[in-house]
Amino acid sequence: MNRPINEMRCEFESRSVNEGFARALAAGFLSQLDPTLEELGDVKTAVSEAVTNCIVHAYPKGIGKILLRVRLYPDSTAEITIRDWGVGIPDIDKAMEPLYTTGGEDRSGMGFTIMSSFTDGLRVRSRPGKGTTVVMKKRVSPRTEPK
Amino acid sequence: MKVTARFHSGRLWLGLKGDLDHHGARDAMILIKSRIEELYPRDCLLDLSEVSFMDSSGIAVILKTYKLMNELGGRLWIENVPAQPMKVIDAAGIDRLVAISSLTAKE
Repeated sequence: MNRPINEMRCEFESRSVNEGFARALAAGFLSQLDPTLEELGDVKTAVSEAVTNCIVHAYPKGIGKILLRVRLYPDSTAEITIRDWGVGIPDIDKAMEPLYTTGGEDRSGMGFTIMSSFTDGLRVRSRPGKGTTVVMKKRVSPRTEPK
Repeated sequence: MKVTARFHSGRLWLGLKGDLDHHGARDAMILIKSRIEELYPRDCLLDLSEVSFMDSSGIAVILKTYKLMNELGGRLWIENVPAQPMKVIDAAGIDRLVAISSLTAKE
């Protein structure tokens, strides 16, 4: 992939009130690529899922750090990384199965399914006891005709 | 997250307002559950027209409300769903369980 044309990173605490903050931050930075409302909604949804996973699963007993990084590339692609230093995921394939959750009936088990269907690429790396990194790619469609 | 309730002739209308994410879902679920258990409705309508954002936490709220209504022998309807929440509902496939109407007609 080319070198990024712009990059932002932000670290915040795993408090549920920060879910909306993370979405707004990612969407605000992505707006430089002139996305459609639907593309912005897709990124907000995917970021919300990843950040919620950190809050609910990575740090179940307390507050930890979450890193959000967005890189913009010249081919109108964004790479969004959400990282935590929490408990990690013992079985990533299992965690990514639709409807699978360890979060009880408050969770739908659809987080990774939605991240995957709302972006153009999803990679998850995790080590138990060390944390989890989720990297998503989103291609923004070029606008051919000015409005 | 705000929940407004209206009850008439066994039909409970619940209007949700704000972001239906993990942060908002907890409050929403407490309010929805208390209204359903208090009023024992035959039909429950969740109006999402003022939901500004929804993720899979909203799917869990809908599924829990569906279960509650099922236990009462009642029915659940979701109506006036804006585009972003509709896309999440479509991805989760819950329209097979609950009757859903969107704000914008599908092409």
